[in-house]
Amino acid sequence: MDVVSIFRDLFTDYTLRTVALGSALLGLVSGALGVFAVLRRQSLLGDAISHAALPGVALAFLLTGSKQPLVLALGAIVAGWLATVLVLQVTGNTRIKPDAALGIVLAVFFGFGLLLLTFIQRLPDAAKAGLDKFLFGQAATLLGRDLVTMAALGGFALALVLLFWKEFKLLTFDPDFGASLGYPTRWLEILLITLMVIAIVVGIQTVGVVLMSAMLVAPAAAARQWTEKLNVMVLLAGLFGASVGLAGALVSSIVPRLPTGPTVVVFMSVVVLFSLLFAPRRGLLARARQRRRQKWQFAQEALAVHLLQHEGQPNEAVESDVSHAGRHMQWTAAFASGVVSRAEDNDLLSRRHDQLALTDKGRALAREAMER
Amino acid sequence: MLQAQIEIILIASVVAASCALVGSFLVLRRMALLSDAISHAILFGIVLMFFVVESTTSPLLVIAATLTGVLTVLLVEALTRTQLVKEDAAIGLVFPLLFSLGVILITRYAANVHLDVDAVLLGEIAFAPFSRFVVFGLDLGPQALWLALGVGALNLIFILLFWKELKLATFDAGLAAALGFSPALIHYALMTLVSVTAVSSFEAAGTVLVVALMIAPPAAAYLLTDRLPVMLGLSVGIGVLSAVTGFALARVLDASIAGSMATMTGVAFLLALLFAPQRGLVRKWTRGRSQRRQFAGEMLLVHLSQHEADPALAAEATIEHMARHMRWPEGFGQDVVKHLAREGFVSRVNGSLALTPLGREVAQSVMLR
Repeated sequence: MDVVSIFRDLFTDYTLRTVALGSALLGLVSGALGVFAVLRRQSLLGDAISHAALPGVALAFLLTGSKQPLVLALGAIVAGWLATVLVLQVTGNTRIKPDAALGIVLAVFFGFGLLLLTFIQRLPDAAKAGLDKFLFGQAATLLGRDLVTMAALGGFALALVLLFWKEFKLLTFDPDFGASLGYPTRWLEILLITLMVIAIVVGIQTVGVVLMSAMLVAPAAAARQWTEKLNVMVLLAGLFGASVGLAGALVSSIVPRLPTGPTVVVFMSVVVLFSLLFAPRRGLLARARQRRRQKWQFAQEALAVHLLQHEGQPNEAVESDVSHAGRHMQWTAAFASGVVSRAEDNDLLSRRHDQLALTDKGRALAREAMER
Repeated sequence: MLQAQIEIILIASVVAASCALVGSFLVLRRMALLSDAISHAILFGIVLMFFVVESTTSPLLVIAATLTGVLTVLLVEALTRTQLVKEDAAIGLVFPLLFSLGVILITRYAANVHLDVDAVLLGEIAFAPFSRFVVFGLDLGPQALWLALGVGALNLIFILLFWKELKLATFDAGLAAALGFSPALIHYALMTLVSVTAVSSFEAAGTVLVVALMIAPPAAAYLLTDRLPVMLGLSVGIGVLSAVTGFALARVLDASIAGSMATMTGVAFLLALLFAPQRGLVRKWTRGRSQRRQFAGEMLLVHLSQHEADPALAAEATIEHMARHMRWPEGFGQDVVKHLAREGFVSRVNGSLALTPLGREVAQSVMLR
């Protein structure tokens, strides 16, 4: 299938359009909400909540016999909520640390979900099929009514983020200050976690409970590298999530036997890796370049200071000899000549044969460096 | 009971025991979530090696998976060290990627060859008795049982050999380093053990049960004791008990064995959380209530003794008046007075309260405190 026909299908094919819209929506909502999870160091709470959603979905089906997306979503929300409350209660009231509390809730809820799921699968009931797509997600099974539910829940969550923007910002960066101003930080925290639960529920049908947490963490982690501002970060994370969700879902719908969740996660990881490497300022390459520049800068300053110290001294001729200066600084010959040629290019010193002499600019730099 | 069922219970129990052993140290070292990361990520190593050796029983799979597990830990640590992401986010970035690659490889290229995604999540413990360990025509039992026993023994030997080092590195890494033990060495040795244990349990139990077995029983044991050897013993016991009851539950419901066992570890943890003798929540609540009542009782005694000289006030010393004065909620005053009367600190005369000599003494000592 060529690119042009994919694009044509995107607008004409009902299934493909539903899949694309659904995944983009999921990416947008989980990307934006994930920012708060990552900044508040609750990345793995998302993991626990999304695993916990599984028994919620299964129980909702068992109790109602319905596969209506809203019913299943409600089950997932209740279970995710319960999981969060459990984690917070256990860490708050016992000496169990958060990592263990998260691990227990994650594994036990998920195990219970599998128990229910296998139990349901063996029930003599025709309507049971399709629940196992919640494990790894299958974007191709999205229906129009799923989309409506997703859009309603996701839109609700995003609207609340906008409404409580200032409060959430305070909660994220300085909750104590927020509390001292009289904000109900506890309630705000509960609200924010509830919104995270909603974002997870919006995504699990497409991505699956096992990998949903990656959709919270990865877009935010990528966006963090490009900006220092919360609003830009939320926008970027939403954008990353939406575009990667779209791309992953499309590829997995077109290529046979490619589960959506894992595909989206791999694509998203590429975006994260790219951001970690190439982001300006924070990125690993930018930092390496800056470190190199600082090293040369420092060496030039050191050389200038050395020359200034010996200016007008009786041993000036010896001290300002290129090879002597390099030895004095314990530089290799190659590094020393690199420093000298850079300093020459920067108009810091002039070189006659092997003798170095500071220019006015070099002298000024040396003085400034000594006063620092 | 069929022999196969006994074998399943045996395998599950041994797996649970060795998971509990390494898991205890994970819980104490606050690295519980690395077990989650490792157990997911090793799938990638298993699948890659599967393509090389084209067998699901080769020991090379175990080695590849173990290496992947350690690699996961190294990757998380490297990513954290860049300071571009926090540790929790680093964990959340690394293992989903490796797990996703593993799942994609399986569904694309290895479907229907004994490796399938459901088995990864659920384990195949129900089928474990089918692959036998046969030496010279002699059937020695299921392979999975021998693998589990081997890994369990490895864990036990490691813990016994390096008991002192493990203890020191776990509770005081700084001191361990100062005394010349390498906490890093112990750390990576432990991570290797976690990986080996996860792999060996993986085939029998699946990704999720491994995490449940590694964390929930030790966390439950941690609520029950302050001593490390007791904690290890208790977590092994709780793990094995969860495995056995989990199997029974799965039989009754005809549901996933792994899922049932994970559920039972959760039940065990919940029981410990509620009813642990010292740290349980129930104990905590009742202790809080009895302390509140004792304090209120003392305040009442002091109040009565302050006003004993004043006959007008003494006449007003009814329970209702006192409760209003102390701003106690409805019923609480009755409760307090009942307890004071039972202890012999107050007596009721014509509906009003009077201190007994004993009560007067207590009031005095409270005021002097």
